[in-house]
This record gives sequence, C-alpha cells and structure tokens, in this order.
Amino acid sequence: MKKNLGYFSSLTVLTDRQVDNFNDERALLKGLASHDPHAIELIYRQNYGVIEGFIIKNNGFAEDARDVFQEAMVILFEKAQSDSFELNCLIKTYLFSVSRRIWLKRVQKNKKTYLPEMDILEETIPVEEDLETHLKRNEDLDLMEAAMNKIGEPCKSLLEAFYLQKKSMPEIADQFGYTNADNAKTQKYKCLNRLKKIFFSQYKTEE
Amino acid sequence: MEKQFLTDAAERYYHNEMTPEERVYFEKLRNDNPEADQIVVEHLFFLEQLDRLSRIQKLRQVMNTVEDKLEVEGAIQLKNNKFKAKVIHIWKRYKRTISVAAAAAVVVSVFTASGVSIFSQNKKAALTPLVDRKLNQMEHKLNQMENKLKDVATPQTTPFEANFRATGFLLNRNGYIITNAHVANLARNLIVENAKGVQFTAESIYSNTLTDIAILKITDSNFKRTGPLPYTFREEDADLAEQIFTLGYPREEIVYNQGYLSALSGYYGDTTSYQIGISVNPGNSGGPVLNKNGEVIGVITSKETNADGVVFAIKAESIYQAVKEIKEREQDTIKIVNDNSLKGHDRVQQIKSLSNYVFKVKGN
Repeated sequence: MKKNLGYFSSLTVLTDRQVDNFNDERALLKGLASHDPHAIELIYRQNYGVIEGFIIKNNGFAEDARDVFQEAMVILFEKAQSDSFELNCLIKTYLFSVSRRIWLKRVQKNKKTYLPEMDILEETIPVEEDLETHLKRNEDLDLMEAAMNKIGEPCKSLLEAFYLQKKSMPEIADQFGYTNADNAKTQKYKCLNRLKKIFFSQYKTEE
Repeated sequence: MEKQFLTDAAERYYHNEMTPEERVYFEKLRNDNPEADQIVVEHLFFLEQLDRLSRIQKLRQVMNTVEDKLEVEGAIQLKNNKFKAKVIHIWKRYKRTISVAAAAAVVVSVFTASGVSIFSQNKKAALTPLVDRKLNQMEHKLNQMENKLKDVATPQTTPFEANFRATGFLLNRNGYIITNAHVANLARNLIVENAKGVQFTAESIYSNTLTDIAILKITDSNFKRTGPLPYTFREEDADLAEQIFTLGYPREEIVYNQGYLSALSGYYGDTTSYQIGISVNPGNSGGPVLNKNGEVIGVITSKETNADGVVFAIKAESIYQAVKEIKEREQDTIKIVNDNSLKGHDRVQQIKSLSNYVFKVKGN
C-alpha cells in the first residue's frame, strides 16, 4: 500500500538543504495562515516548479498548473489556519501529494487519458481524506459565491465591504453615501437577510 | 426587529465582541429559547461561510500577485503559453539526462509533435503524453522494419498506426477479449494481435471505469473460433501468498513474469482488486494473472508509481459481473466454459498453451 511517511521517516530521504528548515517550515505555514505575501511567495518559489513540471509532463498546460497549485494552497492554508493543525510531513511533500491527486482526479474525469507511467521521484503521502473534506466544503463555498452574485447591487458591494473586506460601518456609510452608520447598518441587515434566504434555499434544493 | 437584534448579537458573539456579562446573558437566552437558538445557530453557520469566502478570496488575491511577479521574473511559465510550455519543459528534462546526440533527436521529435498538436487543439485530452507517444511511434517504425527483415513469407498486414499498446486475453473461444477499461477508452479504433502477429479489428462492447474492466469483441471476418480455452476463471478470492504469473506485452514480444499475491485488497483498501508482487511495465495493463492451477484470478491494471513491485490486479469476480451485466442489458450472451487443461502441467507447457490466447491490444 501507499507509504505513509511521517515527518521522521521522511527525514531519511531529505537532502542537506532541507534538514535544517523545520523551523522555517513552521514560520512559512504561519505566514501562509496570515496571508503573508512573503511567505506565500517563498512557498511558490520552493514548490511551484516541481508541480508545474509534473502537470505539464502529464498532459496539462501551464494554466492547469496554476489552477491545481492554487487549489492545493487553499487546502494547506485552511489546514494551517485550523487550531488542531499539525502537518506531519514537509510542505513540499504535502503540496505535491495534494496537487498530484487533484490532477489525477481531473484527468480521470476526462476519462480519455490514462497515465500509468508517470515516473514520480517525489515522495507522496495519502491525502485522499483532506481532499474529500475540501471538496465537500467547497460546495458550500460555491453556493455562497453564487448567492452573492444573485442578490444584485448595491447589496453585493455593501455586504462585500462589510463581510469580505471587513470595513467598519462608518467607513461604509461614507463610501456608499448613507447619512449615518445606523442607516447603513439597517440596509446591511436587509441585504444580509436576502443573501441568507438565497443561500439557504440553494442549500436545501442541493440536498 | 427582534430578529435583527438576535443576528446582531450573534455577530458580536462570533467576533468575540461581547462583555462577559453580555455573553452569559446571551447564552442563557439561547438556552431558554429554542427558536432564538435556531436563528443564532443558522446565522453563525452563515457567518462562518462568509468568513471562509473572505479568507480564501484574500489568499487568491495574494497568490495572483505572486504569480504575476514570478511570471515576469520568468520563474514560472506564462499562463497562456500552451505549446511552448511543454517543449521547454521536456527540453529542460532531457538536456540534463541524456547525451547531446540523443537530446538533439528528442528535440526534433518534440517539435514535430507540437506541430501536430497545433492542428488538433481541441483534442488535448485524447493525446497520450508526448514523449511516450513519440517513442511508441519510433518503436512502431522499428518494428515495421524488423518485420520486413524477418519474414517476407507472411502476408503483409495493413499497417495500423497505433499510439498505445496493452494486453488482453480471451474470455471464450468466440473472440471476446478482456482488457482494462482505461485501455479500451483510450481508442477510437482498436485492433488485437495474436502471438503470431495476425491482427484483427475489434470493438469495445463493455467498459466499466469503476471496475476498470472492458470487454472487446473481435469483429474481423478473418477471425475463426479458437480451440477451447485452457484456463478457467476463479470467482472466489485467491489466497494470500499464492504463487501467480502473468503474460503480457510490455514489448512487442510476449513477456512472462511471476510473483505472489501480496494482499487481498488493492489501492487504498479497494476490495475489488488484489495487490500483487510482480514486475510489470506499461503495456502489461489488461494481462491475465493466473495461479499455478491455471485459473485466472485477476487482470493487471496499474502499479504504484513511487514504490517498487506494488502492482494491482482486478479480481476475476469483476469479469463475471461484466458478463452478467452484458446479459442483463440483453446485448449479448457470453458463455464462460470452465474446463481447465493447464492444471498439473509444468510452467513451460502452461505458457506454451496460454500464449495463443493472450493478445496485444492496440489502438489509435
């Protein structure tokens, strides 16, 4: 069966360059969890190339590589943000494993191409579970995005300003031209109710 | 208005903005009033979804900026550079690993290949990986030459430009052939070729991507019923550690390999397949796995890419299932005769008899 390499067993296959950055890895994950552009850039620099190579070699294009990598990053990001988070392998291993699974899934969906001969030299870990949870949660996310797109303006901008961009009520009142923050708040409440209605109605019909 | 108060409170609760007293009061309110609690729970769930959307959107923004930066630097491929990406990548791979002369040859072939893909832009998924496909064609050319040199006596078969090769074996003497669904689904045109090199056209009559079993039917008028099949199909599970062997076409020539049954389940505990310890290569897909009594226990399907000798085979049970499904659809009735003539013979004899029933499956 698949090798389940914990952190310590993966140490044996590490190159020197990688051994001393256990602490760096934690810092990187912390940075990722807090949207730090430097950390994210570094993760890209260290990992993107391998995954891009893998995908291009397996019948994908640069565009696919971007998609898949972002998806894998989102999964790692959400993992890094959770309280109970513990990554028991290298970021590199994790990202590669997830990206590989995502790409295989996509290719299998297309059915036509079979890839029995991808020679992977990178080690991988089982990530099936993480991916499943992610896909499930993504459905909720899609519903929310769809609901947002349905409520129309100015509700959409108003809610985005408050809930997504986290602006304060006075700021919003100012930006949208309400005479005071309380009026903006009432309007926001009405909009939120509409969004909620749409979101939950989709939710119910989906099930 | 009460509802607004509740959702407002829920929001402050969610963001930890309540004073301790307020919090206690709010929790008591929820506790005493199920209706209010329901509204709050719903709202909290909703807020969480919104929050998650916000976090991910922000992450994507940062990633897009990073990607733009790296793209300008040339550290990552241009997004829309479809053809160049592949060529550069393959070039990078090969310039490191092979000698200068060989590298030049590969680059030439890669360029012609990318030329082909320009004209078939929409068939991206149908293309097998560039290099492999190219190598296969080279191999094909080599084979043609080899064949011409070898036997002038046998009649010239119509050249069939295959772009993949796998294995299949007879299900009964009337020309039904078992192979993998991932093999059958690769092709628009299929041919099968017996050990003597005679080719027959075939078509897929059943393909189940879940079990990865496909059944082909030889449609060629030149095909004549074979003798009775020497092997039988085992419906029950095989035994752990049983000695097993396979015949297949990882090369143009038939190749024998032997091994053992490692586990009664396959990849990630998949109970419809076995894990076997055997050495196989691309091309072995669809080959039979037999035990020492000449019973087919499975069909080779895939191997673990990053581990040695971890191969998966679909249990023969799935073959019975396929036959049943075909019958239920009233498409065709395939008879499986269970009369084994391999049992008790030594391996060399078994293989001699068996090799007439194992076919190359090719397609384009």
